[in-house]
Amino acid sequence: MWLSLNLAASLREDVYWTMTGAETRASRWPAASWSAYFALAVAGFRRHATYRQAMAAAIFTNTIFGFLRCAMLLAAAGANAGSVAGYDEARLVTFVWAGQGLIGVVLIWAPTELADRIRTGDVIADLLRPVDLVWQHLAADLGRAGLAVFTRLLGPIAVGSIFFTLFWPRRLLTYPLFVCSIALGTVVCFGCRYLVNAAAYWLLDARGPLTAWTLVSGLLGGLYFPLWFLPRAVALSLVMGTPFPSTIQLPLDILVERGSTAHQMALLCTQAGWAIAMLALCHWVQRLGERRLVAQGG
Amino acid sequence: MAALMIGGAGERLAAYGHLVRAQVRSQAQYRTSLVVDVVGSVAFGVLDVVTVIVFFRVTSDLAGFSFPEVFLMTTLTSCAFSLADLCVGNVERLRFFVRTGLFDAVLVRPLGTLVQLLAMDIAPRRVGRVVLGVALVVTAAVHAHVPASPAHIALLVVTPLAGAVIFSSIFVATSSVTFWWIESGEFGNALTYGGHDFASYPLNIYGAALRRIFAYGLGFAFVAYYPTLSLLGRTDPLGAPAFLGYASPLIALFTAGVAALFWRLGIRHYRSTGS
Repeated sequence: MWLSLNLAASLREDVYWTMTGAETRASRWPAASWSAYFALAVAGFRRHATYRQAMAAAIFTNTIFGFLRCAMLLAAAGANAGSVAGYDEARLVTFVWAGQGLIGVVLIWAPTELADRIRTGDVIADLLRPVDLVWQHLAADLGRAGLAVFTRLLGPIAVGSIFFTLFWPRRLLTYPLFVCSIALGTVVCFGCRYLVNAAAYWLLDARGPLTAWTLVSGLLGGLYFPLWFLPRAVALSLVMGTPFPSTIQLPLDILVERGSTAHQMALLCTQAGWAIAMLALCHWVQRLGERRLVAQGG
Repeated sequence: MAALMIGGAGERLAAYGHLVRAQVRSQAQYRTSLVVDVVGSVAFGVLDVVTVIVFFRVTSDLAGFSFPEVFLMTTLTSCAFSLADLCVGNVERLRFFVRTGLFDAVLVRPLGTLVQLLAMDIAPRRVGRVVLGVALVVTAAVHAHVPASPAHIALLVVTPLAGAVIFSSIFVATSSVTFWWIESGEFGNALTYGGHDFASYPLNIYGAALRRIFAYGLGFAFVAYYPTLSLLGRTDPLGAPAFLGYASPLIALFTAGVAALFWRLGIRHYRSTGS
């Protein structure tokens, strides 16, 4: 219903192309055109722009947690001459407020839309469309994230800047790097959420994996404390070896200029690596899941 | 209507029992998910503790409080919260019932609305976190050298129960907001989960405004902070009198009363979906 007319038009072209194409296979549709994905992204943006009250409630919640986390981290810094694990007070405060904003951009708390559709069998209708399911969801999610940058991210940062002295990046380059980092963080987080939802192909009820994700994403994403509070070797292996820090911790480290520009670039490359890995994994799991769906007669 | 009402308290309890058992049975059908759920629930309890331990890795004290002291506050809060989450945590789903009009079905049955809703949505998987919570409170009390006198042990037992009532009241009251504001979404989380985080740490790390709202306005100072001071025989750096450590049950009764009032007002305001 939320697909725009524009999308419907480009989909029709693709269906036509597929029908007349030599290689028509029931389960492997060709990729839809860029315009279809763009329309999906716009639809994602517009869809979430209608949930204004839920958005206001979410920003309120993020703001309250911003105050609470600031109090804890500043208390920890206060006992250590104003600096802890390489973050001074301004950086800590910025870490908290931008972090609360990023929750809504990368969307840590996963909606169960896809899992529900798998459980009820509605996903069959999605698979019939001539659009790759992973790309389709990613496009809509990026549209949603685009809206969230202007609402969920800027909201808490604005509140934080009123009540605290925030750290503003000193290098001009940090700003574009931060924007890229948010985009990559969103893709990585999307990949994780997709995989968690796709567990429903096997479990039907994906609530268990969702719980595990909520737990791990918050902890290893850097929401409860900056990961560098952990022993350096542990933090480093988490950053390199798991996708979770790429969602929130790394964008925040880039924002508060932890280390040189080269260091920021290294963090960005880590994120890019995880983004590619997660998308590949999503496609692989989706293929396995489709076979599983057939086995269940869905 | 009187003829329709289910007679005695015994019969009513039996009806609630049926609802709970049906819910438990239906959840047990997805066995893998249930096991993962229980593990997840325990892990959330572990998370509360991990955060404090990690904090004290980078700092030696938090606003004048040492690790054993803060650890006791955190575990008391975690235990109280998990108990409340087990019993009434799913009242958060009320907004789904109100939005879809399913709440009509709850209203026409001859049973209490709130208890029905809780019985229908009980989450047996959360037992894991409660068990862990109790074990952690005992560990923290031993670690902090709480004297083993009857008065101290009584306070140690009563505190998580009173705290659970306070958290439950906030869960119910914030969920009732949905009767007026259907798309309230995550609004309640700020006060419930926010309250959990607030109560886990000493009061004097927060600014005056936060303290006024969370500690006194919503009663979260009585979940762990004041009882911990009494348990450890410490004076409050903010200058509150010592007897406040024993006031938690009273505060809990009061918040429960306010929550009940909210709920009743909310139900009166309920207008179904009109479909």
